[in-house]
Amino acid sequence: MDKTISEKIISSHAGRDVYSGDIAVVDVDVVMAQDGTGPLAVSQLKKMGFEKVKNPAKSIFFIDHAAPSPRKELSNTHAVLRQYAENAGMVLSDVGEGVCHQILVENFASPGDIVIGADSHTCTSGALGAFSTGMGSTDIAVGFALAKTWLMVPQTIKVNFNNIPSKGVYAKDLIIYLIGKITAEGATYKTLEFSGSFTKNMTIDDRFTISNMAVEAGAKAGLFESDEITKRFLKSQGRGNDFKEVFADKNASYEQVIDIDCSMLEPIISMPYTVDNVCSVSKIEKIKIDQVLIGTCTNGRLADLKIASDILKGKKVNKNVRLIVVPASKKVYLEALKEGIIEALIESGAAIQSPGCGPCVGVHQGILGDGEACLSTQNRNFKGRMGNPDSFIYLSSPATAAYSAIKGYISDVREIL
Amino acid sequence: MAEQKNTTQKILKGKSFKFGDDISTDLIAPGRYFHLRSNLPELARHVLEDADTEFVRKVKQGDFVVAGRNFGLGSSREHAPIIIKLAGVGAVLAKSFARIFFRNSINIGLPVLICDTDKISENDELEIDLSKGIIRDITKNIELGFKALPDVMIKLLNDGGLVEHIIKNKGFNL
Repeated sequence: MDKTISEKIISSHAGRDVYSGDIAVVDVDVVMAQDGTGPLAVSQLKKMGFEKVKNPAKSIFFIDHAAPSPRKELSNTHAVLRQYAENAGMVLSDVGEGVCHQILVENFASPGDIVIGADSHTCTSGALGAFSTGMGSTDIAVGFALAKTWLMVPQTIKVNFNNIPSKGVYAKDLIIYLIGKITAEGATYKTLEFSGSFTKNMTIDDRFTISNMAVEAGAKAGLFESDEITKRFLKSQGRGNDFKEVFADKNASYEQVIDIDCSMLEPIISMPYTVDNVCSVSKIEKIKIDQVLIGTCTNGRLADLKIASDILKGKKVNKNVRLIVVPASKKVYLEALKEGIIEALIESGAAIQSPGCGPCVGVHQGILGDGEACLSTQNRNFKGRMGNPDSFIYLSSPATAAYSAIKGYISDVREIL
Repeated sequence: MAEQKNTTQKILKGKSFKFGDDISTDLIAPGRYFHLRSNLPELARHVLEDADTEFVRKVKQGDFVVAGRNFGLGSSREHAPIIIKLAGVGAVLAKSFARIFFRNSINIGLPVLICDTDKISENDELEIDLSKGIIRDITKNIELGFKALPDVMIKLLNDGGLVEHIIKNKGFNL
């Protein structure tokens, strides 16, 4: 029987043919936790009596959520991760390296893999054709210990992104539009499989943005077939040999198929306090902003920073706005420096921060004041997300964010394109 | 944290605390208390604070969180179900749950029940028979069913959670 991408990857890791609805214990290729979820995984590992992990070369602790540490309590939990990683021979990605999901795609996740991570946005690696999903610390502790997990094989919703979007409309607009259409629980327990003519014209960074936000529709995974674009990316990371063809069978069975004509879409934002509360920028009232954040696992990659700097170059950020830019990884940061992107952003008035999750998780580096509004390229706008329940978060593409930083209120980037 | 052996055979009693749709993990375990994740009893003093500032003060051992759709959406932080349980909550009832929150809850032994919560009001007296799959609203004198858990999850709950399952079976035995 023909299979979806999820059914194929899970079958290959279960040692038997499985289909949606089946439960399988599977081998996992990559397991990770970050500094918010890792310490609890360590205590669960110790409770089970595991001082070592099954596959240390692909077991990773990322210190990215509070990096560098803003408080002694967090410095102490960082020390717990460093020590466990050293004893177990695990990989440690420490302060300054960057956001877990970006480093996973740069160095670890490969097409056809099963990747599990104690972070909900682990679905990002789905852009490479890996079945990659987020879980909690206890599941991840077991994953570290045994290199196995259990999965219910998800049903799949196929999303066809057809036709080329018009100017000013980016991957972020596409995925926010989709979430608005199917709601924040429209894909719960399911895989979103992204296809359609436009996926062949996307950059790999576009794909990462889209897969990253699959979980905002409740999805377990957000998958792309692997192709020449995937191959080129892996080669650029020195991992050409990790390429493998991953595709859905022709007659695979889908729970539903959604067709989106990208040429009809406009720049779009999510309004407080849910990602599915969407509105076209052309239809909103004037929304004044106090802070703009460009970065995160959603939109902190080279293509994103380039789009922002092209808009901000030679211009100044509005005097009432703080612009915070956080490259997603050290590699992205270095490339952006070489290309003059960082210089242009700094000249325009941006504050550049060390690669990491920073302000998106409300821990440090840009917590909002009472009543303040932030336009961010991140993936969530829940109440309190950026550290203050009395503030407001709007989500947009890097282009909308950059142009709005100049204007001081949320603005339609098509005015200058 | 109290062990819950044979969770599916327990009868739970308590009062209902109502919440709306889309209660995110940021509302349950706010990011501004990130540094308290290594001190769970202290973090539990802030549970659901941004959804209902009075909740922590009022909730008593065995009471129920009763919510709308998509409870627990957002982050994978397992601290969210852990501190709900630490606050004394006997079970969370909702019309639907976000995937990771649901799985985390089973792993740490917090019963999560899918039912028509519109029928339950704030402060109703509830009695839940997990093995029979019945929720009795004593105040309203009505009975509600809830959706059965998948067999694997019942197995995990009966073993006392995922860690206990792995210790007992020296690996997965699902």
